Amino acid sequence: MSKQITELSMTELLNTHTATESITQTSAPAHNQLRRLQHWSSLLSDRVYSVITFALLLLIWSGISVLKLVPELFLPSPLSVLRKLISVADEGFVDATLLAHAATSVARVLVALIIAISTAVPIGISIGLNRYARAMIDPLIDFYRPIPPLAYLPLIVIWFGIGEASKIILIFLAVFAPIAIATVQGVRRVDQSRIRASLSLGASRWQLIRYVILPSAAPDILTGVRIGLGVGWSTLVAAELIAATRGLGFMIQSAAQFLVTDVVVMGIIVIAVIAFVFEWGLRQLQKKLVPWDET
Amino acid sequence: MIRLESVGIRFPAKNQDIEVLSGISLDLKDASFTVVIGESGCGKTTLLNLIAGFEKPTSGRLTIDGKPILGPGVDRGVVFQDDALLPWQTVKENVAFGLQLAGKNNAERDVIATQYLKLTGLEAHADYPIWKISGGMRQRVGLARALAVDPRFLLLDEPLGALDALTRARMQEHLLNVWQLSGKGMLMITHSVEEALFLATDLVLLRARPGRIESIRQLEFGRRFTDGESPRSIKSSREFVELREQILQELLTQEVELV
Repeated sequence: MSKQITELSMTELLNTHTATESITQTSAPAHNQLRRLQHWSSLLSDRVYSVITFALLLLIWSGISVLKLVPELFLPSPLSVLRKLISVADEGFVDATLLAHAATSVARVLVALIIAISTAVPIGISIGLNRYARAMIDPLIDFYRPIPPLAYLPLIVIWFGIGEASKIILIFLAVFAPIAIATVQGVRRVDQSRIRASLSLGASRWQLIRYVILPSAAPDILTGVRIGLGVGWSTLVAAELIAATRGLGFMIQSAAQFLVTDVVVMGIIVIAVIAFVFEWGLRQLQKKLVPWDET
Repeated sequence: MIRLESVGIRFPAKNQDIEVLSGISLDLKDASFTVVIGESGCGKTTLLNLIAGFEKPTSGRLTIDGKPILGPGVDRGVVFQDDALLPWQTVKENVAFGLQLAGKNNAERDVIATQYLKLTGLEAHADYPIWKISGGMRQRVGLARALAVDPRFLLLDEPLGALDALTRARMQEHLLNVWQLSGKGMLMITHSVEEALFLATDLVLLRARPGRIESIRQLEFGRRFTDGESPRSIKSSREFVELREQILQELLTQEVELV
């Protein structure tokens, strides 16, 4: 018997030993440093490659302009686009400065986004939690989501006129679906034992939604907002087809009608930059709000 | 006391309902440490879910202090295998979560949470975010969170299953200390025979298909630890080793019978 006992404690000792070893291995500072280094080097090279792509694009563009391969009317040179940017910012184009156009567009997208978030999140939560709500609302979203906004634009004009409301409704409709779908997914993904634990701690249904489900779904909701914002910007130009007097989309269309190509190119770049800044801001917000989420 | 009277549960399946548990009669006495052990698929976790109120029995009766168990409640705290903590809260906020739900104000929460952080040895990490602490610490946060609302019973669903051997041994001792200090009735599910023997005052052995109680043993090893004997000396004592071999033998014959 005593031999058996010593044998047992030996295996136990061995187990303990390997356990400690694995701990030291994973938490070793050298290992962490290596990972950080890899992280940094990969980040650096990624950035470098992105910059190279843009530089190359600009170079080809400049080359085409300098060699006059394409008439200025079809492709203005980078320099004339830059000059246009300064002059439109200063003197304006079609009765408004660049800042006024941009501010109007940003305001439209933001108002639509805020309305979309405040409706899509509660609706998404109820679809995620209640199968009747799901059966009623899910098909509606699936039905209208694939329709291009330009297709239902005329109907919205007939119903809501040519005022500001129609423009915001159009953007809202495009932004709503991705946020609602992301919210539903986030709610469905909430860890079952997290919900059960909270119920055992005495959570009411409302407390469960407020303190457990909503924060658990937050990473998915934020991803939905990011996707929605992208869709919102692409719908903007369509929205500003409707009797607008201001806005980046309106500015581009007016310029296109008079064949002022440098304003068209400049407008496209300005929209791209604004959309990029928003996307970047949301990513930072996501990192700050949900640091535990690895995605 | 929690009392189960010929409790059974069936889950609907394609062709025929599956009888997961059948005729379970069991008393969980106050201040006892009941450990349930059995092969996988014997319905251990379902048994805990029934007592916690996450599932409803298809036959039989479950009561706590004579009142029927109808759903989850603050009188039965649960600690899960995966910690089930809220990652957006700090260690202390997690421990205080049940108190927050009960509508206690900040000052009250702080006092009680600090008390349970001390009990579980976490006071130095009170303000750490959950995702920055180790697995063993997370399980202690789960334990402190369940204890903080002062439940009558504590239900532990394989709480040490995901831990490495060293942390696991420490947590077993820790559980016994918490059990003795808090005086709660405990119910724990485990796969480890050694763990079950070391902790249990009442050791329940389940058999599978359908899940039913094979035997209930009264044990003293946990008490010997709280009375001051070292875990090594308990775990290497003749009675402990013999009983461990006996139970392993019983579990193994069950598996063989199935094959």
